[in-house]
Amino acid sequence: MKKFSLVLTITSLVLAIILFNAFTYTVDETEQVFVTEFGKPVGEPINADPNKNEAGLHFKKPFIQTINRIEKRILEWDGPSTEMPTRDKLYITVDNFARWRISDPKTYYEKIRDERTALSRLDDIIGSETRNVIASHDLIEVIRSEKDRTPQRDGTLTANSNIGLLPSIKDGRQKLNEQIFKAAKPKVKDWGIELLDVQFKRINYKPGVIDKIYGRMISERQQIADRFRSEGAGEAAKIIGRKERDLLSIQSEAYRKEQEIRGKADAQATGIYSSAYDSNPAAADFYQFTKTLETYRNTLRKDTTAIFTTDSDLFRLLKRIDAPKQ
Amino acid sequence: MQPPPFKTVDIPRSYQWNSLPKALLYAPLALVAIYCVVASYYTVSPESEAVVQRFGKFHTIAEPGLHFKIPFGVDTVTKVPIRRQLKLEFGFETSGATNPDQDSESPELERSMVTGDLNAAEVEWILQYSIVSPKEYLFSVRHPGPTLRDLTASSMSEVVGDRTVDEVLTIGRTEIEAEALKTLQQHLTNLNMGVRAEQIQLKNVHPPGPVQRSFDEVNRAQQEREQMINEANGEYNRVIPKARGLADQRISGAEGYAVQRVNEAEGDVVRFKEQLAQYEKAPAITKQRLYLETMNEVLPQLGGKVILDEKASQFLPLMNLSSPTPAPAVGR
Repeated sequence: MKKFSLVLTITSLVLAIILFNAFTYTVDETEQVFVTEFGKPVGEPINADPNKNEAGLHFKKPFIQTINRIEKRILEWDGPSTEMPTRDKLYITVDNFARWRISDPKTYYEKIRDERTALSRLDDIIGSETRNVIASHDLIEVIRSEKDRTPQRDGTLTANSNIGLLPSIKDGRQKLNEQIFKAAKPKVKDWGIELLDVQFKRINYKPGVIDKIYGRMISERQQIADRFRSEGAGEAAKIIGRKERDLLSIQSEAYRKEQEIRGKADAQATGIYSSAYDSNPAAADFYQFTKTLETYRNTLRKDTTAIFTTDSDLFRLLKRIDAPKQ
Repeated sequence: MQPPPFKTVDIPRSYQWNSLPKALLYAPLALVAIYCVVASYYTVSPESEAVVQRFGKFHTIAEPGLHFKIPFGVDTVTKVPIRRQLKLEFGFETSGATNPDQDSESPELERSMVTGDLNAAEVEWILQYSIVSPKEYLFSVRHPGPTLRDLTASSMSEVVGDRTVDEVLTIGRTEIEAEALKTLQQHLTNLNMGVRAEQIQLKNVHPPGPVQRSFDEVNRAQQEREQMINEANGEYNRVIPKARGLADQRISGAEGYAVQRVNEAEGDVVRFKEQLAQYEKAPAITKQRLYLETMNEVLPQLGGKVILDEKASQFLPLMNLSSPTPAPAVGR
């Protein structure tokens, strides 16, 4: 009897589990569910409303109802990077991505069925809208976003040149994103898909274009380098010029002062002399006399030959003792 | 108490028949029991929190430690490392990452960017983030890692697209980090994915390979400019202070001359006045004396002396005057 009850318990437990599984199903937080009876959708989808949490245990009719689980979370669409021309005929590779979610699981299930199809539809729709938007805008509109941003500039690098300025834009990246988003959103809505946003991830030059860009960058830098060199030479020349000017002005100033001082001293000395020598006729006479003698003393040397006549004061005695004095 | 020996015991048939199924019955039960024990507890490591779902519905968040749960797929536990600082690398990769989203498959693509002045730059950066709400992290976005990568790449490319190449390479780095973080945080708030972006750091930022040399050239030119200016200043400094000194020297010399000149003049005048005073007492004899004294001093030093009679002045042209020392004492 005891054995029998054990077997019975186990059997009923297993049966209970099977029945439980047949009559119930769980809905995860991450999924939305709708029920079909022989392929035909029944009732409203469960846990589809983002504002109502219906996750948990639910009942179903066993065997005839099938549970279709569909992702509830936000999904990503990561587009392939595609080459496309801008309005100014520049080829760029554009890589954008989008967030989307399944908003109407029934429609989604009917029209799309699996995610791969959904992604390829999104490829088509967003890809073509991206092309349209890019083709109707210049490259700079795709690159820049803030319309009236003034860039910081390194004054030493960019002085007096147009380097370091941002080209102006009309719309900017955010507007372009918006345009793609607005154009694509209604088109995917028919498939039960809600597009949440479209963003540019990467924008780059096409490999063929990039060499030209590099060429331009190199020439820009060359320009800066040349300016630096020229500035250096110019500054140096200025300094050398200042050196010459200062040198000449210092030297001539010194000369002028020197002459002034000397002149003044000479004048003073002359004044002193003349005030003494001109004080009376006797002084003048005496000065002349002593100065003449001094001059004799200074000028007559070994290499001088002096020729005297006997009527000179010194040698008149050679002729006559009592020579008359002249 | 011992059973009597040699007593045959009849093993009941039913028992023999039952012994095998009984083992078959208990073994699965034991297995089930072991499974129940093993599957009904779990541990949460200190850096994580666990999200517990009961029948798929969010039930609770389990703090670090040992916890119990209902087995048989009723409770499911997902551990989320919320206290760990997570990192995403863009444009480069370091090996040994534990975070599966840390590296991208194509760092070269991520790195190259177009700047707002339509130049190109290679930008490498990292994002540091952490999970703040494990529930939202698990339930709101299916692939939070790649989503975060895409959003960060997009924010950075947007910010770099609004900067000049010089801002990206040098002067605007911190601003770019802050701005990209701000843009990213905005995206994250909109998505509500339970992740907080904490920091964006620019790593290597450089001009693309073929252009690098011309950027170096600019640096070199800048150095050259400084050098030229320094050399010119050196030349100036070598010459001008010396010239100033020399000028001062000349002026001082002149001043010295002036003092000397005046002093000498005054000395001369004093001397003269003294002499004059004596002279005025006896002019004739003083004059004579001075004259003779001078002659006495001067004449012996003369190289040649010629004394002619006053009437023989026509002799003069015949003399050989070119010789500095003519025949001495012609007329003596």
